[in-house]
Amino acid sequence: MTEPSPENRSFGEQPNWTTTKIAFSILRSLAPLLALLIVVLAFAIADQQWGHGRFVEMRNFRVILVMTAPVAIAALGMTLLIISGGIDLSAGTAAMLCTTVLACSLKEGLPVAITIALTLSTGVICGLINGLLIGLLRIPPFIVTLGTMTIFLGIAKRLAQGSTVFVDRERIPNWLLDLSATMPPDWRGWSPNIALGVWIALLVAILVSILLNYTVIGRHIFALGSNEATARLCGINILRTKVIVYGLAGLLIGIAGIYTFSLVKIANPVEGIGRELKFIAAAVIGGGSLSGGRGSVLGTLAGAAIMGVIASGCDQLEIKNSTQDIMIGLIIIAAVTLDQLRRRMGKNPSEA
Amino acid sequence: MMHASLPPSLAEPVARLVMERIAKRFGATQALQGVSLSAFSGQTLALIGENGAGKSTLMKVLSGAHAPDLGSMTIDGRPFNPRGPHEARQAGIAMIYQELSMAPDLSVEDNIMLGKEQASMGLVRRGTQRQQIREAMNLLGYPEIDLRRSVGSLSIGTQQIVEIARGMVSNARVMIFDEPTSSLPHQAVRQLFATIKRLEQKGLAIIYISHFLEEIREVARDYVVLRDGKPIGAGQLVDVSDAQIVAMMVGRSVDQLFPHVPHEIRERILQIQQLSGDKLPIDVSFDLRRGEIFGLFGLIGAGRTETLRLLFGLERCASGGVLVHAKRSRETPAARIDAGLGLVSEDRKREGLAQSMSIADNLTLSRLQPYSKAGVLQLSKRRSVVRHWMTQLSVKAHSPEQTIGQLSGGNQQKVAIARVLHQEAEILLLDEPTRGIDVATKSEIYQRIGELAASGKAIIFVSSYLPELMAVCDTLGVMARGHLRSVRPMSQWTENEVLSVAVDSQINVENS
Repeated sequence: MTEPSPENRSFGEQPNWTTTKIAFSILRSLAPLLALLIVVLAFAIADQQWGHGRFVEMRNFRVILVMTAPVAIAALGMTLLIISGGIDLSAGTAAMLCTTVLACSLKEGLPVAITIALTLSTGVICGLINGLLIGLLRIPPFIVTLGTMTIFLGIAKRLAQGSTVFVDRERIPNWLLDLSATMPPDWRGWSPNIALGVWIALLVAILVSILLNYTVIGRHIFALGSNEATARLCGINILRTKVIVYGLAGLLIGIAGIYTFSLVKIANPVEGIGRELKFIAAAVIGGGSLSGGRGSVLGTLAGAAIMGVIASGCDQLEIKNSTQDIMIGLIIIAAVTLDQLRRRMGKNPSEA
Repeated sequence: MMHASLPPSLAEPVARLVMERIAKRFGATQALQGVSLSAFSGQTLALIGENGAGKSTLMKVLSGAHAPDLGSMTIDGRPFNPRGPHEARQAGIAMIYQELSMAPDLSVEDNIMLGKEQASMGLVRRGTQRQQIREAMNLLGYPEIDLRRSVGSLSIGTQQIVEIARGMVSNARVMIFDEPTSSLPHQAVRQLFATIKRLEQKGLAIIYISHFLEEIREVARDYVVLRDGKPIGAGQLVDVSDAQIVAMMVGRSVDQLFPHVPHEIRERILQIQQLSGDKLPIDVSFDLRRGEIFGLFGLIGAGRTETLRLLFGLERCASGGVLVHAKRSRETPAARIDAGLGLVSEDRKREGLAQSMSIADNLTLSRLQPYSKAGVLQLSKRRSVVRHWMTQLSVKAHSPEQTIGQLSGGNQQKVAIARVLHQEAEILLLDEPTRGIDVATKSEIYQRIGELAASGKAIIFVSSYLPELMAVCDTLGVMARGHLRSVRPMSQWTENEVLSVAVDSQINVENS
C-alpha cells in the first residue's frame, strides 16, 4: 500500500558528469545543424525520385543562400533579443521601413553613402525606440513591439505615399544588385562563387557570435535573459543593456532591409507584415528559448537555412505553398518540443 | 446540507483529526520524526516552533502535498491517506496560508467556487452557488460582503474571510491557519479571532500556527511544540508559562557546529542613519565596524531583508542615509558595489544566481572589468581566477563551465558568496546564507564568515535561525515590524530575551 512519494524519487545524488554527458551536450549544440542536414538529404532524395534532379545543383544552393541571407541577418538580431529575454514583433515592418527609406533615397538621387547611412540609422532608431520604451515604461517587450509594429508600418506607408516605391534601374548602384546576385560576376577568384550578401551575412554571424561569447556586453545579455534580478544584483545597468541590445538588433534589421531591396528592387511597406515571425522562427528552431537566456548563432543560421531549404525544395518538387507553410509550422513545434524534453531531462532533481 | 457531516451534539469534543508518529525525510534531512497530534472538534490546537522546526512540512503532509514516510492519519475515525492536495481538500482539510492564494481579478463568488463550480450542462448555476456562499458568509458573520466585487479590491482581512468561506463551502472539517496574522492590521486580527470562535462553535477542528505567544493563548486551548522535526512538548496552554514554551522552542545546545574564529573589531566603516523604505524598514540606525559580524534577527515581515536591499540600492530609500567611509553614494546596486558593498540574496533561485549560466559567469558577473580588454573578455584568465575561488570555498563541481542549476544548494550558496568576495566587497550583506543547505556546509560557511571578519571585512548576517546568530555574531540587532528594536553586544543577550524582544514588541506596537 505504501506508494513511493515523489519526494523520495526526486532526491537523488547529483548526476555524475560523464563523457556521455559531454558527448550529449556537444550533440545538443549541433542538433540544429543535424536537422538541417536531414532536411537537405530528404529533399535531395525526394527530388531524385520524383522531381527534376535540380535541387542538388550548385545553382540551386546559391539561390537558397541568397534567399536565406536576409532572413538570417535579421534573425541574428532577433537571437540577441531572445537571449536577453526580449522579443521584437516590429522587426518585419521595421525592416521594410528601412527598405522603403533606401528606395526613396535612391529615387531622390541622394549619394549612395548617405543612402546607406540613412537606411542603417533608420534600423538603429527603430531599435532604440523599442529599447527605451521597454526599459523606461517597464512594459513587456511583446506589447511595446506590437505597438511599434503598426507605427513603423504607418511611417513606411506614408513615406511610400500609400503604394509601392519603384526605383529606376540606372539609379541602383551595381554593387547593390550584386549583393543578392545568384550568378555573381566571377571577380573573387579564390572564393566560392557566392553573392556578396551571403559573405556579409557570414561576417555578421561571426561578429554576433564573438559579441555573445567573448565580450562583457555578451555576458550581460545572457545574464539579463537568464535572470534579470541577478543581473540587477550584480550591478548591471538593465536599461542601458536593453537599449544596446535593441539598438544592435535594429542595425541588423537595417542591413536586412538593404538586402531585401537588392532582392526585389522595389519597396512595398505591406510586405513587412508577418516577416518578423520568420525571424523568430529561425531563432526558435535554432534552440533559442523565449523565456530568455538561451540561443545560439549557429542554431539561428541553421534555423533560417532550414526554412530556406524547405521553400526551395518544395518549389522544385512543385509542392504547394500551403504545404510549405504547414511543414515549417510543424518544424517549429517539433523543435520547441525537443528543446523542452532536453531541458526536462537535464534538470537537476536535487535543487532544493 | 453543508454541515450534515458534523456531529449533532457538540457537548463532547471528538478527535476529528489524529496524526500518529508521522515521519518524513528529505535527502539527508529528517524533517519530521515521530510527530503525533490530535485536533478536537470545537477546539483550536496551537502548533508552535521556530522556523525550520518542521511545522510547514507537517502541514504539507496533512494537506496532501507530501506523503509521509511513516505514520498514519485519520479524520473522524476514518483512515486518511491523501494522494494530493485535491484529495485532502475533499476529505475536509482546508489550509489558510500566510500569503493568500486567490485570483485577485475574479469576484468573491468565483474565487470561492473556483474548481468546484456548480454547473449543469456546462453553465454555471449561479443561484445555487450564491445560496451556498451566503450560508457560509452568514455563518462567519459577514452577510454583507458583495459577492460580485473583485477580491483584489478587498482589504487583506476581508480577503482572508473569503478564503475561509472557500474552506466552508467545501465542507471543511479541519481548518489550518498558517501564521494568519503576520500580514494583518490589528483590527483584522480581532475579526479573525472572532471568526475562529465561530468556526469552533460549528464543530470544526482548528490548527493554528504562530510565533506569537499572546495570540496563541488567546485563540488556542492545546499546544504542540516542534523542534528539529521532533515533538518536544504537548498539553494545555493553561499549564505552561511563556518562558517554558520559549525554552521548549529554542532549547538547543551550541555544539561544534559553530567553529570559533578569533577576530578583532576595528574602525567604523558603515553608518546607517534613520533609514526608511517605502514600507519597511522604519527609521533604522546603526553603525558597522571592520572585523565585526553584526547579526540581524526578527520574525518574518520584520524588515530585515528590506533593510539589506535598501542598503544595496535595490529598493528605494524613502528617507535617511547610508554612509560608507563617511561618504554617500548613488542608490543603485552598481554604485553600492563600487562603494564596497556585496549582497548575497536570500533567494538563490529567483535572484541570487542565474540558474542557466555557468559557475564562471555567476561568480564574475558583478566584476568583469579585470578580464576585459576593450570590452572583449580574456576567458582563460577568468577561468584561472574562477578556479582559484572554487578551491578557496571548496565548491564541488567538475569545471567552471558547469551550469549553476546542476549544483547542490550548498555549492550554489558558495558560488554566491564567492561572487561578493571576487568583487572585493568590504561590507558583506548576507541574507539567510545558510538557508536550505546541509549541516556540514553550514559549518564551513560559519568558519568562512569568521575568517572574513578576521581579514578586516564587515559583515551583516541576517538569519531566522537564532542559534547560528548567537554563536557567530559579535553584535545582535533585533527587528520587529520594521523597527530596529534593540542593538547589544552578543554577550548581553540571551535567547529568551531575543525572542521576547522580537515577539513582544510586535504585540506592543499593535496595541499602541
